Amino acid sequence: MSTTHAPRRQRHTPDSHDYPTRRYDLVKEFVIALAIMTGLSLALAGIFSSPDDKAITMAGWAQGDPADFVATATGELAGTTTSATYGAPYNHASEGQSVLGLKLQKWGGVGIPINSADLVLQPLRAVTGDAGLVNALHQWDALSADQQTTEATAYADALATAPDGDPAQVQRGSYGPVPALTTSFLGLASSGGLEGSLTSAGTFYGTDQTRAMLLLSDGAFLEDEAVANQLGGDQWGMMNEVGNYPGQPWMWLYTFWYQVKPFSTSENADTQVWALMMLLTVLLMLVPWIPGLRSIPRLIPVHRLIWRDHYRRRR
Amino acid sequence: MSAPASDAGERSWTSSVRDHVAGLVPEGQALPDRQPAYVASWIYVFGVATLAALVVVVASGVVLAMGGAAWWHTSSLGHFMNSVHLWSVELFFAAMVVHLWGKFWMAAWRGNRGLTWVTGVVSFVTSIGAAFTGYLVQSNFDSQWISGEAKDGINSIGVGGFFNVLNTGQMLLWHVTLLPLGVGIIAVMHVVLVRRHGVVPPLDDEREEVAR
Repeated sequence: MSTTHAPRRQRHTPDSHDYPTRRYDLVKEFVIALAIMTGLSLALAGIFSSPDDKAITMAGWAQGDPADFVATATGELAGTTTSATYGAPYNHASEGQSVLGLKLQKWGGVGIPINSADLVLQPLRAVTGDAGLVNALHQWDALSADQQTTEATAYADALATAPDGDPAQVQRGSYGPVPALTTSFLGLASSGGLEGSLTSAGTFYGTDQTRAMLLLSDGAFLEDEAVANQLGGDQWGMMNEVGNYPGQPWMWLYTFWYQVKPFSTSENADTQVWALMMLLTVLLMLVPWIPGLRSIPRLIPVHRLIWRDHYRRRR
Repeated sequence: MSAPASDAGERSWTSSVRDHVAGLVPEGQALPDRQPAYVASWIYVFGVATLAALVVVVASGVVLAMGGAAWWHTSSLGHFMNSVHLWSVELFFAAMVVHLWGKFWMAAWRGNRGLTWVTGVVSFVTSIGAAFTGYLVQSNFDSQWISGEAKDGINSIGVGGFFNVLNTGQMLLWHVTLLPLGVGIIAVMHVVLVRRHGVVPPLDDEREEVAR
């Protein structure tokens, strides 16, 4: 038995070198383009400058919102802050995010181990000449881990119900050394003593802001400032900068997904958006080999505009 | 002086590399002074405009690097150079996106030019990474907020332990060495491929042939 196949026809793109040519000065084109791009960059820089709002300091945070600062420090001691319950790469406190059952965050491992309580205790232990603080640290160290958590959590709850979260108006309770520790921490930060303390971590050269940034991000002060500057996650903040500067408009699609369901309400939004963007990037990369997608330029004839002179000559 | 007769016909590593490099682009096509007549549209300008903007980005970045990481906060010249760096990056991406869309509508991957398209997309993605790390190392409020937000995305895919966006020292080095090197290498590959295959001919000029 024999079968007959219809001949398969393929499009053959002609060799570009077989076409008639005309003079074209590539080097001149590049030099003109370079002059224009340089001129435009200089002009835009001169007219619009660039944003440079000063970084938030620990002192600025402690002085600007002491209640938030103390609540955050208490949360670090209680192990209830975002970083304390984060999971990889900082600790094993949670599984972290996943997509399609793939626990990518967990599988990445704890590469930057951080004990949230140390964000408060390490700078305090470096303070000298404060007998009250030394006593409070001794009391803290003498507690079991469960007692530490219990007393810090009780103080965090009390702060949450105090008027304006004011530590001075907290109801009496059994908080152990926690109020003394957080008050000392507030005093240390307000005086500027916390600047660089978490960054250098005992070394002269400090170039790693991880611990300081985790502490700052655990509070509400940074986010409040960002939201006031229209930089919140639901305000397309991922691609924007302060003021009316363009920021990173090329990240519009990545930022877009965070604004819509199911991502805007998902606990795994980061992993899901990353997975989706990786998929879309691979699709973009493989467009030449994907039937349908590669035919779009034939179906929507924008090329008729691009090569209009050629088509006119050919007619 | 001539080589000993016993060397005749032997290929060295050097001659192999030389022949390979020489064969990457057809003779006369590396910097041709003629182009196919159909290369006559403003859309073709955006490829070279992207390269020109990249030169301004690198040059302004080099000046900033000479001043140091925090120079631009304390010097008016430094702030101006930072502004030039910022706006040249904006122009770079604007030109690159127009170039990318232009090539899409030309279906510029035809005629064995698929790898040229892929290197273009990889260059775009690598450039986004390079620009992103620039926003992380500004050492101001923007970099605090952007790094604080970005860590969740990076950590969620399991690479935060190696690529730590909160580690300014690490990000600065990625920004001024690894990523520009990556963008540069891919851009060179892309340009070589463009010169190797020539500018893609117009759609509808194709012949239909029976596949064997």
